[in-house]
Amino acid sequence: MSIIRLERVEKIFGGLRAIGGVSFEVAPKQIFGLIGPNGAGKTTIFNVVTGVYQPDGGKVVFDGTDISGWSPARVAARGIARTFQNIRLFRAMTVRENVIVAGHKIHRANMLDAVLRNGRFDADERAFTDKADELLEIMGLRELADEEASSLPYGSQRRLEIARALMLEPKVLLLDEPAAGMNSSEADKLEDQIRFLRDELSLTIVLVEHNMSVVMSVCERIHVVDHGETIAEGPPSVVKADPKVLAAYLGEETPEAAIADLRAVHAAATSSPESSS
Amino acid sequence: MKWLLRAAVAAAIVGALWGLSYVLHEHVIEYVVRIAMLCGMNIILAVGLNLINGTTGQFSIGHAGFMAVGAYTTAYVCTQLAPEVAGVLGTGFLPDAVVFNVGLIAGAALAAATGVVVGVPSLRLKGDYLAIVTLGFGEIIRLLLTNAEFLGGATGFSGDNPTGLSPYTNVFWVFLWVVIVIVVIRNVTFSQTGRSLEAISEDEIAAEAMGTPTTRLKVVAFTLSAAAAGIAGGLFAHLQGSVRPDDFKFDRSIDMIVMIIVGGLGSITGAVIGGIFVGVTLELMRDLSEYRLVLYSLLLVIIMLVRPQGVLGKRELSFSRLFPKKAAKPARAAGDEKP
Repeated sequence: MSIIRLERVEKIFGGLRAIGGVSFEVAPKQIFGLIGPNGAGKTTIFNVVTGVYQPDGGKVVFDGTDISGWSPARVAARGIARTFQNIRLFRAMTVRENVIVAGHKIHRANMLDAVLRNGRFDADERAFTDKADELLEIMGLRELADEEASSLPYGSQRRLEIARALMLEPKVLLLDEPAAGMNSSEADKLEDQIRFLRDELSLTIVLVEHNMSVVMSVCERIHVVDHGETIAEGPPSVVKADPKVLAAYLGEETPEAAIADLRAVHAAATSSPESSS
Repeated sequence: MKWLLRAAVAAAIVGALWGLSYVLHEHVIEYVVRIAMLCGMNIILAVGLNLINGTTGQFSIGHAGFMAVGAYTTAYVCTQLAPEVAGVLGTGFLPDAVVFNVGLIAGAALAAATGVVVGVPSLRLKGDYLAIVTLGFGEIIRLLLTNAEFLGGATGFSGDNPTGLSPYTNVFWVFLWVVIVIVVIRNVTFSQTGRSLEAISEDEIAAEAMGTPTTRLKVVAFTLSAAAAGIAGGLFAHLQGSVRPDDFKFDRSIDMIVMIIVGGLGSITGAVIGGIFVGVTLELMRDLSEYRLVLYSLLLVIIMLVRPQGVLGKRELSFSRLFPKKAAKPARAAGDEKP
């Protein structure tokens, strides 16, 4: 039984087929990797799943419900939370306020309660703070709760996006390049945090990531796309040996990027032959 | 206990305003009192407009239209209602208070309803559509009023009485409504609704992805802001003694925008400062008539160059900054209470 299932999802921008019939299934509590070279359509897949884009064909099934074409707010309320590749925090708000904005599951007080500042409003505010601090603790940001979000270093901003997404109390978390801009020790910590979220919060996690060592060590199953088409799927050990995957990474426009990617794949392949402990 | 304390504070505020009103009206020249009342109305307008333009980041440039709706509605309702109420309660303070406040609330309600009609189609879209739509709306309302014979057309509406609309507006009512509007909008701003509005202004796509019902909240903010403008309009009508379509020309919308930009977009206390600033400078520049628009434009250019965030920016000038209290920053204070 899968929690998210994409059935031949298509997305066309003008004459460009950004995604051409991609299908995959993610099992509950799985850590699922979605990889591919730049421009392969990974973020577009996220945008279709979360309702930012309407699919031009196929459907997205979440927990037994067809959610294709739903609005982003509705998808979020239903239980799919996400982070953004190009960090989208509420920059002028504090770290804690950023998290609280997503606190719809806690929110009981209506606007009249807020105007009257009654008991229900106070209870809400307390619950918001407690829950937000708990999530910030998990992501290692508790001490920065009162800082302005824009003042955080890049890696912390990425973790704050995860904390904010968790506030929705989702079943599925879509992470769009969470390790981008992190140094290797931060990336190692992120791996632990991702596993923690799956183990302790029973989350299903779908990960788009270019940092191959993170992908190979944390993901249980990997789906590879290139030019909007599926080229491989399987456990990390299988995917990283797949000639089509290697070709996709080698066939990039800039030789430097191709070599860097190849090195990363190779390094991951030699350093961790078996992914799970 | 909390509510008892609040009732006491409310009573103290009403008492203080009553005293202030008495002292000003009895012992200060009318000219100054009038400027004070105009400043009060400006505060209502600015604090209301700031909720949509500042906090939510959706620009309305036709708020004079909502002020007009409120002014005409209040004037009309009061004119119709006064004889009826006089028949039951006679004359004096109580019937006047009833008639005036019913009129003001009716004005606010109709302005709010108009806000929903204008807001729903234009706020469903992302982008600056609200500015275009409200610009047109302000002019449409003015032209409708100019052609509405039962409201006096271009000469304006001044009731059935030859002396004009009843002079209900005084310092007490103006500043009582100032307090009500500020308290309501402040409490909305510092709540989950306010946080969501700020999130919308920061990044609408992210706000939506975090489950925020963006369209609904934008309409709510716009409606509240229109209601505030409606109240200011009602107070204005019964200060002037008559309302004319020309009282609500485009310059008035610009005045309101100057208020919130001077004070700092997104700051309630900034809006208060801006409202007073415009109220006073308008009076000082009265002899310059049309040229004041040139001065305002110049002022806006200077502010944009020197201090684009306005006097206060997004910050609030508050006692709670000096003496942290639970209500002002609930999120932080609640955390401190943990054992």
